[in-house]
Amino acid sequence: MGTPPRILIAKPGLDGHDRGAKVVARALRDAGMEVIYTGLRQTPEMIVEAALQEDVDAVGLSILSGAHMTLVPRVLDGLREAGLSRVKVYVGGIVPEEDAQALRDAGVVEVFGPGASTRVIASTIQQQLTGA
Amino acid sequence: MGLVQDALAGDRRALARVISLVENGGPEGRAALAALHPHTGRAHVVGVTGGPGTGKSTLVNALAGVVRQRGITVGVLAVDPSSPFSGGALLGDRVRMRDLAGDAGVFIRSMATRGSLGGLAQATSDAVKVLDAAGFGLILVETVGAGQSELAIAGAAHTVVVVEAPGLGDEVQALKAGLLEIADILVVNKADLPGAAQAARALGMAADRGGAAGEAGKGGWRTPVLLTAALDGAGVPEVADAVVAHGEHLRARGMWAAHERERARAEFVDHLQRESFARLMAKVGQERVEGWVTRSATREVDAHTAARTVLSLGLACGEADVEREHSSSEGSDYF
Ligand SMILES: Nc1nc2c(ncn2[C@@H]2O[C@H](COP(=O)(O)OP(=O)(O)OP(=O)(O)O)[C@@H](O)[C@H]2O)c(=O)[nH]1
Ligand SMILES: [Mg+2]
Repeated sequence: MGTPPRILIAKPGLDGHDRGAKVVARALRDAGMEVIYTGLRQTPEMIVEAALQEDVDAVGLSILSGAHMTLVPRVLDGLREAGLSRVKVYVGGIVPEEDAQALRDAGVVEVFGPGASTRVIASTIQQQLTGA
Repeated sequence: MGLVQDALAGDRRALARVISLVENGGPEGRAALAALHPHTGRAHVVGVTGGPGTGKSTLVNALAGVVRQRGITVGVLAVDPSSPFSGGALLGDRVRMRDLAGDAGVFIRSMATRGSLGGLAQATSDAVKVLDAAGFGLILVETVGAGQSELAIAGAAHTVVVVEAPGLGDEVQALKAGLLEIADILVVNKADLPGAAQAARALGMAADRGGAAGEAGKGGWRTPVLLTAALDGAGVPEVADAVVAHGEHLRARGMWAAHERERARAEFVDHLQRESFARLMAKVGQERVEGWVTRSATREVDAHTAARTVLSLGLACGEADVEREHSSSEGSDYF
């Protein structure tokens, strides 16, 4: 058993509640990951900086505000510029399918809709980060 | 060791990677520590501990802000427990440290305890060394003051700040947890809430009762009790002043150097114990060790005698190994 995968969970944008993000954060912890939780109203710059300092394997973005098409690409670009293109990016929230496809094309590994169960989210990410 | 050189040169991504290597504790991490070692010993390491929810992270955020205004760079290490069930951890201290974002003079790292009791203090102090070598002037280590290992981490700092808050039950938490003894600075946070002044008085009295003996152990340092409202920053400059004053006190008394030497000794002994134990086990072999365990369990021989016998066998085995290298004829069964 190697070291636990590390994942940053952040809520970019201005929407004001993070219950969903916290539930997912706990599920990821219970799946054996080290979850760095950064809370509400994170700018893409803050997220990239935290991902760098925490040396995470992945970043999970919870976005309910509908601003995913502006926020997510900025995080992806920021990670690339910081030399962190190996960091996997996941998005959770209310994302229409054509947007989800565009985000995947831009480099997001998975987009989880509101219907996705936390158990599925946790096991999917766990599997992709550990290859197990 | 390109990564270490890059980290020393101020590359923050390299710094983050090196902390991971060191935290993971493998040969790469040990090599990195060896390369970093000559560059360590400059930072003032401050433990910030206390009960859950007392406002440690909020205070770290505010304190780092004050110290940054004074032109000193700050490294933060926020340690939280791993889940004993899943091995995962929820590290949420950054939530309270958002004011520090975007400042290149600050580096924040969250760290999980990853279970092992003795290993925790070692991993933390190793991560501190990386930040120290990278040139951060002040290193704040936040731990929840709940157990022995957390006490050990805090105790490894030059200066220990114990954070308390009112309204957590009438009994002051620090008293129960045995934190009072290790405190160099006592902070009653949430001074904006009722009961803070009372808590400060209770702590002040308890600290005075510890009195002469405590002060003597600290070279005449009188532990101050300070009130803060970390959320709005009230009282935080005074905490920064007290930290500086304590550092000066340690240096003036020659206690800083003594502390460094004690740390060096503790680490040396710790490594020596672990390394020699591991080698002994490898020499003697699992099977024989289990054999002696069985003999002890069946009352054939007591545990102490068994251990001493195995040690003697291991040491003799070591010499015989050397002989064997010369003659390369004997079998390996020395028992
Ligand atoms: N009223 C008041 N609340 C505060 C103050 N400082 C912190 N808090 C609040 O206390 C709660 C806990 O603060 P943290 O800084 O996370 O406390 P902590 O000790 O780091 O908590 P853990 O790391 O979870 O043990 C938060 O809701 C803070 O907003 C203060 O000075 N006054
Ligand atoms: Mg905290």
